[in-house]
Amino acid sequence: MSTAPRPLVAVVVFPGSNDDRDAQLALARLGADARRVWHTEHELPSDTAGVVLPGGFSYGDYLRCGAIARFSPVLQAVVAFARAGGPVLGICNGFQILTEAGLLPGVLRPNESLSFVCRDVPVVVETADSPLLARCVPRQSLTIPVKHGEGCWFGDDGLVAELEANGQIALRYAPGANPNGSVGDVAGVVNADGNVLGLMPHPEHAVDPLLGSVDGALILGSLVDAARLSVAASV
Amino acid sequence: MRATVLVRPKPGILDPQGQAVSSSLRHLGFDVGETRVGKVVDVELGTNDPAEARTQLESMCAQLLANPLIEGYTIELGGE
Repeated sequence: MSTAPRPLVAVVVFPGSNDDRDAQLALARLGADARRVWHTEHELPSDTAGVVLPGGFSYGDYLRCGAIARFSPVLQAVVAFARAGGPVLGICNGFQILTEAGLLPGVLRPNESLSFVCRDVPVVVETADSPLLARCVPRQSLTIPVKHGEGCWFGDDGLVAELEANGQIALRYAPGANPNGSVGDVAGVVNADGNVLGLMPHPEHAVDPLLGSVDGALILGSLVDAARLSVAASV
Repeated sequence: MRATVLVRPKPGILDPQGQAVSSSLRHLGFDVGETRVGKVVDVELGTNDPAEARTQLESMCAQLLANPLIEGYTIELGGE
């Protein structure tokens, strides 16, 4: 067993979140002190070194997915944490919330097919510059499941060009494997500083060989590493 | 006063829901071209001043009711 310190990673729970326990379990196995934090909290636990916004259907996806969760008390604390450089990972509904909150560019729309998709997809790492992808290498192909009805990332031509120039398009579906019609096959994007990553695939469902791929551990493990580094830096 | 906000997918934005509706309408035998699906938000406002109401509604649309990347909106003031 590693004797490295277990950094505190907060997993935010909204009404309608449903992947929070899987995220917590996966993070704990990867060496984090993962704690679930209810959406009504005005502050994150004081030693929080990383944040995960998990998948689900927060607030019933009313109006637009992620649009209402943006106003929850805890999200103001998450925004402040992210702006201060703290590592934040948004998975599926968490990605939708981060775009609505303005922490990540673009928006997630209903799948082009209008069908809910639930299957393993090949995802290519475009850039490993973000600390949240540090365990990956560029052009690496990961197998991670998606399960969403509104995962069609959209940005207009100007935004896409800007993100490509900045290296903010972090993950793309492999050619021919786009499950939702997203612009440019985008599966995940990072913010300009690289400390906030949002993706539609679910790394927390790909951490145990019993369930197939363990590629998700590369992303969640990167988050745990980043959280551990931010603790070390603040001591 | 009351107001209605109509939120629509922006021109040029693919609207798969609209496509599904138009194909269903054609299936029923209607001669239709493109169909676009949006949202209606009826709002009861605390003010009765039309200019103030419009200012508030614009702000609501910018902050919550529409996502400017993909949606446009029109405001209709009406009722008392």
